[in-house]
Amino acid sequence: MMMNWIAIGDISDIPLRGARCVKTPVGKIAVFRTAENEVFAIEDHCPHKGGPLSQGIVHGTAVTCPLHNWVISLETGKALGADEGAVRTVPVKNDNGALFIALENLALAAAE
Amino acid sequence: MAERTPEKLVIVGNGMAPGRMLEELFEKAPGRYDVTIFNAEPRVNYDRIMLSPVLSGEKDYEQIIIHGDGWYIKHGITLYKGHKIIAIDRNAKTVTSDHGVTESYDKLVIATGSVPFIIPVPGKDLRGVITYRDLDDVQAMLLAAQSREKAIVIGGGLLGLEAAAGLKARGMDVTVLHVMPTLMERQLDPAAGYLLQKAVEERGIKVLTKANTKRIVGEERVEGIELEDGRIIPATLVVMAVGIRPNAGLAKDAGLAVNRGIVVDAGMQTSDGDIMALGECAEVGGMVYGLVAPLYEMARVAASHLAGDRKAAFVHSDTPTKLKVTGINLYSVGDFADGDGREEIVLRDATAGIYKRLVLKDNRIIGSVLYGDTADGAWFNDLLKRGTDISEMRDTLIFGQAYQGGAPLDPTAAVAALPDDAEICGCNGVCKGKIVSTITGKGLTSLDEVRAHTKASASCGSCTGLVEQLMSLTLGNNYNPAAVQPMCNCTDLGHDDVRRLIKAKGLKTIPAVMQELEWKTSCGCAKCRPALNYYLVCDWPDEYADDYQSRFINERVHANIQKDGTYSVVPRMWGGVTSSKELRAIADVVDKFNVPMVKVTGGQRIDLLGIEKEDLPAVWADLGKAGFVSGQAYAKGLRTVKTCVGSEWCRFGTQDSTGLGIRIEKFMWGSWTPAKVKMAVSGCPRNCAEATCKDVGVICVDSGFEIHFAGAAGLDIKGTEVLGLVKTEDEALEHIVALTQMYREQARYLERIYKWAKRIGLDEIRRQIMDDAEKRKGYFERFVFSQKFAQVDPWSERVSGKDKHEFRPMATVAFNQAAE
Repeated sequence: MMMNWIAIGDISDIPLRGARCVKTPVGKIAVFRTAENEVFAIEDHCPHKGGPLSQGIVHGTAVTCPLHNWVISLETGKALGADEGAVRTVPVKNDNGALFIALENLALAAAE
Repeated sequence: MAERTPEKLVIVGNGMAPGRMLEELFEKAPGRYDVTIFNAEPRVNYDRIMLSPVLSGEKDYEQIIIHGDGWYIKHGITLYKGHKIIAIDRNAKTVTSDHGVTESYDKLVIATGSVPFIIPVPGKDLRGVITYRDLDDVQAMLLAAQSREKAIVIGGGLLGLEAAAGLKARGMDVTVLHVMPTLMERQLDPAAGYLLQKAVEERGIKVLTKANTKRIVGEERVEGIELEDGRIIPATLVVMAVGIRPNAGLAKDAGLAVNRGIVVDAGMQTSDGDIMALGECAEVGGMVYGLVAPLYEMARVAASHLAGDRKAAFVHSDTPTKLKVTGINLYSVGDFADGDGREEIVLRDATAGIYKRLVLKDNRIIGSVLYGDTADGAWFNDLLKRGTDISEMRDTLIFGQAYQGGAPLDPTAAVAALPDDAEICGCNGVCKGKIVSTITGKGLTSLDEVRAHTKASASCGSCTGLVEQLMSLTLGNNYNPAAVQPMCNCTDLGHDDVRRLIKAKGLKTIPAVMQELEWKTSCGCAKCRPALNYYLVCDWPDEYADDYQSRFINERVHANIQKDGTYSVVPRMWGGVTSSKELRAIADVVDKFNVPMVKVTGGQRIDLLGIEKEDLPAVWADLGKAGFVSGQAYAKGLRTVKTCVGSEWCRFGTQDSTGLGIRIEKFMWGSWTPAKVKMAVSGCPRNCAEATCKDVGVICVDSGFEIHFAGAAGLDIKGTEVLGLVKTEDEALEHIVALTQMYREQARYLERIYKWAKRIGLDEIRRQIMDDAEKRKGYFERFVFSQKFAQVDPWSERVSGKDKHEFRPMATVAFNQAAE
């Protein structure tokens, strides 16, 4: 299946060690930029109590949820440490700074 | 075998890649091709990598020539110097140069290299603005350097730093502008970038990071650069070294497939079967390359194909980066980002300026960054390339190849082996023999005693580990080092040590702290980063640039996050006093933004709950018009000063408690503290403002003001302690401010006043604040100084556009977009 890449802006729109959120019909997506300039996208919804992960402190390739300090891996969406749970990761493409996300699976989920 | 007529091979470009290709080709298939080269530069093939040593004067042009004229003659190559190819006719199979020469080909190789990226700012075409790409650029720089005036290099990457070092060596006053926060961020992690910046600055080169060029200033010649923040930096020479892009225009005009570069397959074949491309202009497997190793690999593959071997294929491999600036050693290779399933081994030696980091995955090295000591770079790269399982040598891996195979050293063994005259404490010149003899002679058992008697480890503290090892060595089991709770898993140091070292070593950025204090992670975590940020804000109020990304969300957006992701907004009401105008403004905001809940807080102000993040700046704008500023109800900082109505209204009031409360709040608002600080002023001992359970409280009495502190009414409940009695309002303010500053300077991040006071001792605090006037004045003045930088209303800053990205979604995806 072809990926449906949707342009969401430029990498410079996100601060280093920071995040922005993208509103979609199927909920908010948090897009992160690490200190090493990597970009990740995950659902903006902590598996614990739904906290907005895009508002957390970014360190390494993880984010600490602002509500109760769960640490979520940006790569796998899984909670790190003793906590258990996961959020959905979203495919993201960095084409020379232009960022795209693929919403295929989310769109399908919405259509179901 | 019949002699066949040589085929005609035409090459566009005469750089290092086609040069190497020809060397390989002449070896593999001598005489097979009749070669013609068109070179836009009027010279032979030279080693472009060595341009920096030519610029700095360590080499001259003759020394970097790869193929002299004789080589072309020997191989019967026709070389057109200074001929730029302007057209390829693929049907006729000919190329035409700008001098009108047309040549036909059987095989064509395009090796047009890359062109420097010119940032599109006004003034980019002024005289004195040049790029750094070829020998002509170097000659232009050498000419400009004779003036010994000011030069600016835009770009803190490999090329930019080499240019800067070269110009400095030629006597110019050089400033490097780099748009990112750390130098060479593509090749180095922030820790190594910090060390590099330090080394570059030690050479007398100024470095400005996060520097965005707005325009280049000048009439005909360049006179300087204006940055986005309005600063103007004078210069007579501007070198743009911000990157390169593949020079693929000719191929594109000829109708070949071009993406970022000329698209070729693993055999260097373009979309036309008779045309190949290689070098920096080629894009293979979606990647373009700029370092020499992969370009030479392309040359090898292309030569094989031209010689008839169709199996040769280009395979991507990571190329190590090195900087060619004498005396700066750095090395990086592979993927060194953090990640899941990845582990890192970090070695920092602050004194020697060494940083080494290996990134491992499944017990294999996948990346490394070395700074200061790069001797093992090749060995690590070899392990990386081979995918060697390193689990056996994991414990000693970071120390390098020389340390493998032996048993790991007992750390005290190394100290035991030191001679008696070996210096342990560099700050105070204390040697091993002195420390050992003092420990035994005076029967010392604690680190503090050793510090007091020998002065070892009493200044910068970096030798503390060594001193402790000496103590265990001397005392054996009689020495139990006090267990210090580390700040977090990123360090073994406790908060107190970190605070002391920040001051002692003059550390003024988070990367500096992490490097000099040998942090075990490259970027810290959500526990240490906010703490370090506070310590630096507190200790260097005028010099430290607040690291916004190390602040908790509430302090980043200046509102309190609620469980549903909305925010609450609490404007400041000085001393809890308000007016009809203020209340009306609040009521209007509630109506306009449909604020779902309005609540009176325990701190005598009004909380607006349930506000969407995107609405925050508009809410603040409306509140600001009515004169409100942020109540900082979200901050580790001064929150409220609660008051009662005092002598102005109350029949029992002894002093103007409302007035004093307002005065304290106006004096102290905006200050950051280790944890939140709540205050209150009561007008008489009936204590209607509940001042005796606050962090700092005042009980007014007939004879003056009784100052209280260290109360708690949260997780713990605790009445305040009395600091002392003062006679005037001025004195009350001075004592409260001094107490707060002492707390700011000494407490651990997130430690409330009552916990800090218990740790330090109430008597010590009373002694310093009540009895020692000089100390008190010192604290007071340092607080006043830091307020100059802290008392800026964060709401109005954001209403005028600061951090606007925080309050807007990056993008909004419509339903039809998502469903397509």
